Amino acid sequence: MTMTPLRALAHSRTGDKGDSQTLSVIAYDESDYPLLRAAITAEAVARHFADIVRGPVTRYELPRLFTLHFVLEAALAGGVNDSLALDTHGKSRSSLLLDMMIDVPEDGRTRHQTGGEHV
Amino acid sequence: MSESPVAPLRIGGGSAFFNDRLDAALELVEHGRIDVLMVETLAERTLAQLQAGRNGGQPGYFPRLADRLETLLPACHRQGTRLVSNGGGAATQDAAAMAHRVATQAGLRGTVVAAVLGDDVAELVRQADPVLLETGERASRLATPMLSANAYLGAAPIAEACRAGAHVVLTGRVTDSALALGPLLAHFGWTALDDLACGIVAGHLLECGGQATGGYFADPGVKDVPGLDRLGFPIAEVAADRSIRISKPPGTGGRIDRHVITEQLLYEVHDPARYITPDVVLDLTDVTLQQEGPEQIRLTGMRGHPAPDTLKVLIGVAAGQHVEVEISYAGLGARGRAELAADIIQRRLARNRLRDVPIRYDLMGVNALALPGRDVQSLPEVRLRVAARCPDLAAAELLVTEVESLYVNGPAGGGGVRFSIRAAVRTLTTFLPAADVSTRIDYLEVR
Repeated sequence: MTMTPLRALAHSRTGDKGDSQTLSVIAYDESDYPLLRAAITAEAVARHFADIVRGPVTRYELPRLFTLHFVLEAALAGGVNDSLALDTHGKSRSSLLLDMMIDVPEDGRTRHQTGGEHV
Repeated sequence: MSESPVAPLRIGGGSAFFNDRLDAALELVEHGRIDVLMVETLAERTLAQLQAGRNGGQPGYFPRLADRLETLLPACHRQGTRLVSNGGGAATQDAAAMAHRVATQAGLRGTVVAAVLGDDVAELVRQADPVLLETGERASRLATPMLSANAYLGAAPIAEACRAGAHVVLTGRVTDSALALGPLLAHFGWTALDDLACGIVAGHLLECGGQATGGYFADPGVKDVPGLDRLGFPIAEVAADRSIRISKPPGTGGRIDRHVITEQLLYEVHDPARYITPDVVLDLTDVTLQQEGPEQIRLTGMRGHPAPDTLKVLIGVAAGQHVEVEISYAGLGARGRAELAADIIQRRLARNRLRDVPIRYDLMGVNALALPGRDVQSLPEVRLRVAARCPDLAAAELLVTEVESLYVNGPAGGGGVRFSIRAAVRTLTTFLPAADVSTRIDYLEVR
């Protein structure tokens, strides 16, 4: 096993409604869906965002779309209405989620390139 | 005698918000072979802001809507494209009168403008005094006066306006997806729940314009999108067999594949098996995507369940003044000086009337977007951002003064102070029985 950033296996889009936030995790390679399903649990996402999300995290599975979908409650410091944050919608959070490190088997496959100067 | 199958309906997603790219919408009309141009303009808070503006003597719809219609209506008239928009904002009748004026001045004889009315439920909320989702208390217990109360209407009145032959259909608050479902109901005569679900998905994919064609997707070197400077807006070709083909005008930039479409399909959706609209509860769990060409994808498998018998209502209330002030520090030690500046502000505010005001300090380029507690390397420049929610304008201006005075009284080398103050609006949610909300359609014809 080797630690790999989630962004090597998946991409993500953020949405907001009131004080809650949605985050999709979409596999680049369809065959990675089971691996993502095992690694990116609701608990893992809740841990990753522990400092900023006050409510529960729910995960929905969409195997036909090779996608996991997360809803984070009380996640936006009051949301567009009340938040004093720079990014009131939390739109940039998809990039933060993809920073999550996950264990990936060393199966000799080349994962999606991750870009960025640090990797 | 068998009837010939009804031809597909092609709908263009012409706008994701009131200020979206006009050239891309025009391109849809002129080169997209579309039957309907959908123009979405209303975010959650927008209506309350428009209503507040209207109370202060502004139009109640986006002032620039007139410019947009001056460009779009003649093209729609030429191409036989129907324009459906929630651009009526907080003054749909006035917006329709303006659209009628624009069409008249452009000589578009025979154009029928429809105004879908009934989303303004302020009077109903005052009478019924429903419990609010966020506070758990009745609407009458709100500390500040209600600015606006609008129900999310469904597709039925839009369909009715289309069946009556309207060329321009303007609404206030409706579900974004109803702007697509309405014309589809009129075109196909759909009533089955799975049909409605298909129409909602078409609208949902179109309501954010370029987000369905590669906008808001690019990550250079990781997931690239060609031609974002000339991004083509999406076209949904909806067929009688409940399938949707997503494409875009030929020769435009962008990307349409499983990755782009899946991001948009789930955008702002909570439970994918139960996406609630006033027309149908949508189930996305059986949706499959099939790539049909380099820039075309087909969706099937949308399923529907009966809609609830209530309508969601957004209530807007005034929420004081939102103020933001920033100042920058550069070079080695920039972070330390920005932190000293924040400390000075904090100590001074504790001694004046801003003592109890909600306030937030960010070091931009350091921690304004990052997760708390995870340190990042200090950067060669740091911008201190102070944001607060103040009860009134004077308090907001006091905060600006405090940050501005750091120029001469704060740490060395602070520069580039900028500020903004705006009236803040809070939206609250409630529900009303759908049967209590009646709608009406006004028609204006250009003679």
